[in-house]
Amino acid sequence: MSVVTNTTTIGAIEAPSRRNTELALLAFAVVIPVFAYLNVGLAMDGKVPAGMAGYGLGLALLATVAHLVVRKWAPYADPLLLPLATLLNGLGLVLIWRLDQSPRLIALAKRQYGAFSESAPNQMMYSAIGVAMFVGVLLVLKDHRVLQRYTYISMVAALVLLLLPLVPGLGTDSFGAKIWIRIGGFSIQPGEFAKLVLAVFFSGYLMVKRDALALASRRFMGLYLPRGRDLGPIITIWAVSLLILVFENDLGTSLLFFGMFVIMLYVATERTSWIVMGLLMAVAGAVVVGSTASHVQSRVAAWLDPFECLKTAPPNSNMAYACDQMTQVLMSFGSGGILGTGLGQGNSDLIQFAANSDFIFATVGEELGLTGVMVFLLLYGLIIERGIRTSLAARDPFGKLLAMGLSGAFALQIFVVAGGVMGLIPLTGMTMPFLAYGGSSVIANWALIGILIRISDTARRPAPAPAPSPDAEMTQVVRP
Amino acid sequence: MNKPLRRVAIFCGLLVLALLLRDNWLQLVRADELNAHPKNRRVQIERYSNERGNIIVDGKPITGSVDSGDKFYKFKRTYLDGPMWAPVTGYASQAYDANQIEKIEDGILTGNDDRLFFDRTLAMFTGEKKKGGDVITTLSGAAQKAAYEGLGSKTGAVVAIEPKTGKILAMASTPSYDPSTFAGYSGKDEKAWVALEKDKNKPKLNRAIREIYPPGSVFKVVTAAAALENGKVTDINAATQTPEGWKIPLSNREMKNHASGCANASLKRALDISCNSVFAKLGDDVGRDKMVEMAEKFGFNAEQFTPVRSSASVYDKNADRGGNALSSIGQFNTATTPLQMAMVTAAIANDGKLMKPYMIDQLRAPNVDIIKQNEPEEMSRPVSPENAQLLQQMMESVVTNGTGGNADLNMDGVKVGGKTGTAQHGEKNAKRPYAWFISYAKTSEGSPVAVAVVVEDSAGTDREDISGGGLAAPIAKAVMKAVIKTRG
Repeated sequence: MSVVTNTTTIGAIEAPSRRNTELALLAFAVVIPVFAYLNVGLAMDGKVPAGMAGYGLGLALLATVAHLVVRKWAPYADPLLLPLATLLNGLGLVLIWRLDQSPRLIALAKRQYGAFSESAPNQMMYSAIGVAMFVGVLLVLKDHRVLQRYTYISMVAALVLLLLPLVPGLGTDSFGAKIWIRIGGFSIQPGEFAKLVLAVFFSGYLMVKRDALALASRRFMGLYLPRGRDLGPIITIWAVSLLILVFENDLGTSLLFFGMFVIMLYVATERTSWIVMGLLMAVAGAVVVGSTASHVQSRVAAWLDPFECLKTAPPNSNMAYACDQMTQVLMSFGSGGILGTGLGQGNSDLIQFAANSDFIFATVGEELGLTGVMVFLLLYGLIIERGIRTSLAARDPFGKLLAMGLSGAFALQIFVVAGGVMGLIPLTGMTMPFLAYGGSSVIANWALIGILIRISDTARRPAPAPAPSPDAEMTQVVRP
Repeated sequence: MNKPLRRVAIFCGLLVLALLLRDNWLQLVRADELNAHPKNRRVQIERYSNERGNIIVDGKPITGSVDSGDKFYKFKRTYLDGPMWAPVTGYASQAYDANQIEKIEDGILTGNDDRLFFDRTLAMFTGEKKKGGDVITTLSGAAQKAAYEGLGSKTGAVVAIEPKTGKILAMASTPSYDPSTFAGYSGKDEKAWVALEKDKNKPKLNRAIREIYPPGSVFKVVTAAAALENGKVTDINAATQTPEGWKIPLSNREMKNHASGCANASLKRALDISCNSVFAKLGDDVGRDKMVEMAEKFGFNAEQFTPVRSSASVYDKNADRGGNALSSIGQFNTATTPLQMAMVTAAIANDGKLMKPYMIDQLRAPNVDIIKQNEPEEMSRPVSPENAQLLQQMMESVVTNGTGGNADLNMDGVKVGGKTGTAQHGEKNAKRPYAWFISYAKTSEGSPVAVAVVVEDSAGTDREDISGGGLAAPIAKAVMKAVIKTRG
């Protein structure tokens, strides 16, 4: 009998790729929405819905394609991001389909547009395009650092995208906000895409300028104030944000862009003074716009006390309309209680306008209750957490900044939308990522997840083995 | 760059935390308030999402529920003889909420009451449609019809009570309204509602329990009861030592009588011909506090719940001596609902025992199980049986010898006691007076019915003709007759 000895050589520690974890989670992310779909059908018609098999297969197909692409082209990517996005997208489809079944919304559409068309099939198509976009990002973008080359092109592209809705003939003014453009029968919200392009620009710009912005400064009252010439970019972004607010009536987008910029500036320079300056400028902008723009005023009134404002606002005014909408949304949440009424059994369609887009979160609140809303918030929270973790793990400053910018923007968007519908902050017209009806939003958010996955793949990929040094002997570990 | 990154991560965490906290506040703390908010249509949607239970009189429903096929409110309330029964049922409108029984027993009628939990659960398994339970009232269709038709086009109210149980047999109020005209939420319903709201005659006001009128002379039975109970009068046939033109304390005015023969009249005679001087003096002899005590034992100064809430009738607790003397003859601040005067009459007819008036006999589940059976309940004993019988003698004398002749049923074995009243009101009594009549019928088995009638005003009647005996007594008579015929 001899003692078995086992001698191994340790190279670079192989990080587990976690692709199988992702696959298992994806199975849940497909099965849960299918059950939700069944639940809606049983609750509303008392029978298994006819479209369930098609819906389930469609979602499974999308998930499988996305998973295989990740497995092949981004094997070390974060395993949570894809299942989370799939789950949210799937549940969003169920909620939209549920609101499609509402006789009240059908009657409303017929009254307003003369015809009603279902939103869920369109959203399914948008989701497919979104996943295609996701696949495209992973295939085309082999290394996210390539994007650095397009820093200033991104800036121009972002400005064009943001200003497109203002072009006469192209932009459409619907319900007060000028954030859509119409091309060949499709409505596109360029702002959703501008979010991504702008993050690329900020990352590239800040990576280059961070030292100048951080170090060349004067100290004043305990704060490091930047030099005048370095102030240029922040003032430009601030002005553009205000322009969006004033000319496009889009409170949410301007808040989102400005917030994202301040966060990235802070991360890049590690200077608290930027945050103070950013907050001051945001407050100044908010005060100026808030005291002049009537639509902002009505939103604020609806936020402070919607029930009271409903009594005092002149009938049929924009303010009365905004307040009525807010009361409906709040009552929808209130009616949900702890466990909700159950899918398909609530009355969130009383919100009527934009029930399946801006206010889709109210349907979650009413039909899935406090429990459901908290689950959704935690799902979003997890996406944000994975994004920031990716940023922490990234090895290059550009990747760090880009991942942080995208996650920060995502977090701000969740806060602004969910906080808006729950009455925590004034309501702004933005959509809940993946949940709300709208092609631009779904496609842009899938692209965002794609970029995060690409960065996380690069970050978690084992470092290439160092070039072997001819002098050093191979290190050996001997285990008994 | 990792230090600021971690800080931003904490910031993002705080954003999510703020959302979580806000949601807890919204869906946990404020949920009930938002759920019950009058602007919340869900309450109404729920109310009309299933076939609503019925309100039942004499075993037959006086309400209905039709499937209107509407996208918001599936079922719509209908009413049989709406105007006649409106003071009892109240209304249940898709646009304007509900009131009275429709509101108070909404849980039973919609089937959402906790007591119906078992039925709901069972229905879930058997696949039956959820349905509301029924409310069975104590009312009598014949009495209600007599009351409503007796009032006719006049403005007024009638309440009839079964004295030995407190069951309300009739509750009519005119002008009335038809709750089915605004049961829906269409433009037509809105028009009907707005018209009713604007109507100067206030048809939606339930005069039987929600309006307080100066009672005038009918209040004298309360004063008589107080005088007997406090020993101020022991023999109802003895002279009361009252001069004609009794001087009101703390005032230079003298209390005048419309009738002649009031000087030193006996209590019985004074009630027969309704002498103001005698009763003002008796009220003064009894004193304010004892008068208040007696009135409150009969139910004054408190809201009554039948379970529909009535307004509180008033006997002034802070009046000076002069005010108290005037209050004792139903003037000054004294004001009463017709229900209150019916209670007074019922207590006297029931030998001094006042039963709590109620109008809901049973609550019934959709499967006909009885969920709740209301039993008669004693409220107080304002007068002793002996004194109650003396009061009965006097009131019967009013009908046979005095001002209440119009109420006599002329039936064998049925005695009728009553009291008329004509209450002046308005500046210098310029407005048309209210005509009052209270009465009860009594057989050898006790009293089956006590009625209070008030008629506010009658077009085409001369002022002199508005008197309790002329206008109100025939209505009371018709109601008593209807009760005796059907419930004998």
